[in-house]
Amino acid sequence: MSGLSYEASKSVALKTILILAVITIVEVLVALAGKGYIIEGLHFPHAFMGLVMVVLSITKAYLIMYEFMHLKYEVPTFVKTILLPILLLVWFVIALLVEGGYYLNSRESVVNPVKTEIEK
Amino acid sequence: MASDTLTHGTNTDHNADQDNWGGGKEPFKASYGKVMIWYFILSDAFTFAAFLITYGALRFSVPTWPVPDFVFSTFPGGFHHKPLLFVTFMTFVLLTSSYTMVRAVQEGHRENKSGVVKWMVLTIFGGLGFLGCQAWEWTNLIAKEHVTIFNNPFGTHTESGVYLMGDGHDIKEGDTFQAGDSYLIHFHDGEYKPLQYKVTSEGPDKDSVKEQVMGPKAFGALFFFITGFHGFHVSVGLFILILVCINAASGLYVKRKNGYEMVEKVGLYWHFVDLVWVFVFLFFYLL
Repeated sequence: MSGLSYEASKSVALKTILILAVITIVEVLVALAGKGYIIEGLHFPHAFMGLVMVVLSITKAYLIMYEFMHLKYEVPTFVKTILLPILLLVWFVIALLVEGGYYLNSRESVVNPVKTEIEK
Repeated sequence: MASDTLTHGTNTDHNADQDNWGGGKEPFKASYGKVMIWYFILSDAFTFAAFLITYGALRFSVPTWPVPDFVFSTFPGGFHHKPLLFVTFMTFVLLTSSYTMVRAVQEGHRENKSGVVKWMVLTIFGGLGFLGCQAWEWTNLIAKEHVTIFNNPFGTHTESGVYLMGDGHDIKEGDTFQAGDSYLIHFHDGEYKPLQYKVTSEGPDKDSVKEQVMGPKAFGALFFFITGFHGFHVSVGLFILILVCINAASGLYVKRKNGYEMVEKVGLYWHFVDLVWVFVFLFFYLL
């Protein structure tokens, strides 16, 4: 299937699961370290933490899909039919997060519309 | 036999059991079943993506959101203040079951029946373990902390102050807190009991007495719905795993001589469940 021998694919699987485990531990440690749990008073900026978490999670997703789900060894056209539609999500993320930010900014006028009218 | 005629009529290949493709050259060099399970996974990924992105949108739409390392900090056996420890453990249980699934598929490729059954049984135990962990986490949130789909007692202070009363748990009268600190409003005698505090931060509200307010409502509904939907996928996966495992043990797939492709297909689904958990973990526990 994968073109690898039984022994070789066995060691690839073991290596992959160990990398996944290490990444998970790093994620949790960064999450805790960034909020001062490990070293008192140490705080990482939100944007930095978010970036690290997203990049590490996508790395995990890549490993699971390419090694565990064997996407690495499938025909390239087939892989494209699976991965290209996922790009649609990029716009989905941007659109809805912007929308959420808009709700936050207009919350004042949306939550208490009557109150603002009276005060005028 | 009817099925034999059908296969021979549409198939140019010699091995009818192995290859039922009748459309000439296979474009993807994968069986129909495998291609379709991949497309099912793709569509299911969009469903989960929609839920998780909605979580992001609702989280962005409110000024404060429950902090994961405060909310998820209990561990079975009465341990408190162990941020993220239990969910990390859960993640490891699911990751391990993904590894044992890979091993089952590999044993299948070399037609090793006892190997397939052994690793699949281990995978099933991993899945059961994960569901057990999730059951404990839900029980803790529902029965102890009283989060419901309509109420979320996990709030965040927006100003600093000093408590005027204790809650009989962690907070004592006179304790101070800063803006951004999290709190849990405890539930006694059928109602939530928010604590009163005096504001100490500078501003028009300084020295006024206020009461803790409930956290953003959407949190409970999103948490139970999304982790519940994932748990439902795990349960379905377990059901199929058990079926396929029984079939494998009975020798059904030996006859098919296709390298236990059914095990490979249920394996794809099982890895997908793990893949979704990577993102559930990211959204709910890490960010």
